[in-house]
Amino acid sequence: MPDLGKYAAEVLSAYGVSILLIAALVGWSFLRAGRVRRALEEAEARMKPHGR
Amino acid sequence: MIALLLRDLKLAFRSGGGFGLALAFFLIVATLVPFGVGAEGATLARIAGGILWVAALLACLLSLDRLFQTDWEDGSLDLLATAPIPLEGAVAVKAMAHWLTTGLPLTLAAPVLGLLLNLPGPAYLWLLVSLALGTPALSMIGAFGAALTVGVKRGGLLLSLLVLPLYVPTLIFGAEATRRGAEGLDPATPLLLLSGITLGTVALLPFAAAAAIRVNLR
Amino acid sequence: MSLWEYANPKRFMQTSAWLLPWFTGLAGLTMVAGLFWGFFFTPDDFRQGSTVKIIFLHVPAAMMAINIWVMMLVTSLIWLVRRHHVSALAAKAAAPIGLTMTLIALLTGAIWGQPMWGTWWAWDPRLTSFLILFLFYLGYLALWEAIENPDTAADLTAVLCLVGSVFAVLSRYAVLFWNQGLHQGASLSLDREENIADAFWLPLVVCIVGFVLFFVALLLMRTRTEIRARRLKALIARERMA
Repeated sequence: MPDLGKYAAEVLSAYGVSILLIAALVGWSFLRAGRVRRALEEAEARMKPHGR
Repeated sequence: MIALLLRDLKLAFRSGGGFGLALAFFLIVATLVPFGVGAEGATLARIAGGILWVAALLACLLSLDRLFQTDWEDGSLDLLATAPIPLEGAVAVKAMAHWLTTGLPLTLAAPVLGLLLNLPGPAYLWLLVSLALGTPALSMIGAFGAALTVGVKRGGLLLSLLVLPLYVPTLIFGAEATRRGAEGLDPATPLLLLSGITLGTVALLPFAAAAAIRVNLR
Repeated sequence: MSLWEYANPKRFMQTSAWLLPWFTGLAGLTMVAGLFWGFFFTPDDFRQGSTVKIIFLHVPAAMMAINIWVMMLVTSLIWLVRRHHVSALAAKAAAPIGLTMTLIALLTGAIWGQPMWGTWWAWDPRLTSFLILFLFYLGYLALWEAIENPDTAADLTAVLCLVGSVFAVLSRYAVLFWNQGLHQGASLSLDREENIADAFWLPLVVCIVGFVLFFVALLLMRTRTEIRARRLKALIARERMA
């Protein structure tokens, strides 16, 4: 860790908040992607017996 | 189109039409402010112009969701869309009716409320002028927002979220004109810019609003 | 009705499928490299101390916040004119990313501003414009969520994006008129590179590129999800009718 001097709290919280927000965005995107894909696969499987 | 205007005016004045509501809301907000910030004369004098502008802006919002909603519900919006007059014209007329029943009364009531809020003497005229020039823009921008959300049930809150950020430039120039007038400075620049916004929105937003209504009617 | 309503989404799904891992890898590498470089290997600023390190987050996020809205504007126009569904869905997918970038810009700006200007928030023109942009993103997303029919939602949000863009530019100038502000235009503006020393400039460029790649990768993924979601909706609607 470089010597952040008297602004350590600010710099670390800025990085912390940003990384947190990006991680949350990516995480939510992945979760939603998984949910939608599974639901779509189920729906398509249900449609199959009835034909295209 | 005159017929449409008169019809909308009549509807607004009828009970439940919301005519007095905006004025009452305007009064209430102006009354609340001293409870919030203290009754000290100097403080109120400094913020009165801005407060009145914000309050007028919020009061305009009140009757917006009603603008197209009732017509949408009873099918008259469909009729308007297929009528001989262009939908853009109908939208502009409805926005004008909104202004006549909301923006204009608010403008006229503002100086009276200015008394409550210790508005500085020179500011009265400029408050009146800026509101007169700016409230038509508020009605037109509001009409655009109402057109977007006409199909959304209980879309009032969404309407506010969409419309309030669009109100910012009008508010900035209107309040600035009032402030400059209050201090004895020349308010020409903000007033010109304010007029520019009003003219621009009145000229162009009917097209966007009509497009939104057509989409919603599909 | 075929499985995918239009050929366009199908080709998009195919192309994005193999593009995605590349962009993800590149984005991860560049972002990490840029942020590490900036965080660990840059000197402190004479006046700002170590807080200058916040620039490596604040500036790229701010640039993305604006560029993503511009992208949404372009794709909204393409949707309105050419009716490519992928375009409308890409705009929808981009919005949360733009919202997050705006929020990062606002928060890092506030955290940076506190020691520098002595206040958590200042109604400085740039910060204020970003706050307004944040509200625009919120409104856009709220409108997508509020409308049932996907095509109607696509059309209305596209119109909102258009009108919003005009007002965003208008607001930018109105806000400048309203308050001249604390932001040092020169030293933080990237048009005037000579004002930032090379020691900061190079890692900053890497970070900016990293954020752009991150956006592209995440956008590809999210657009794929939106396309699938739309198809899911169509299938469920068909089931209900059957």
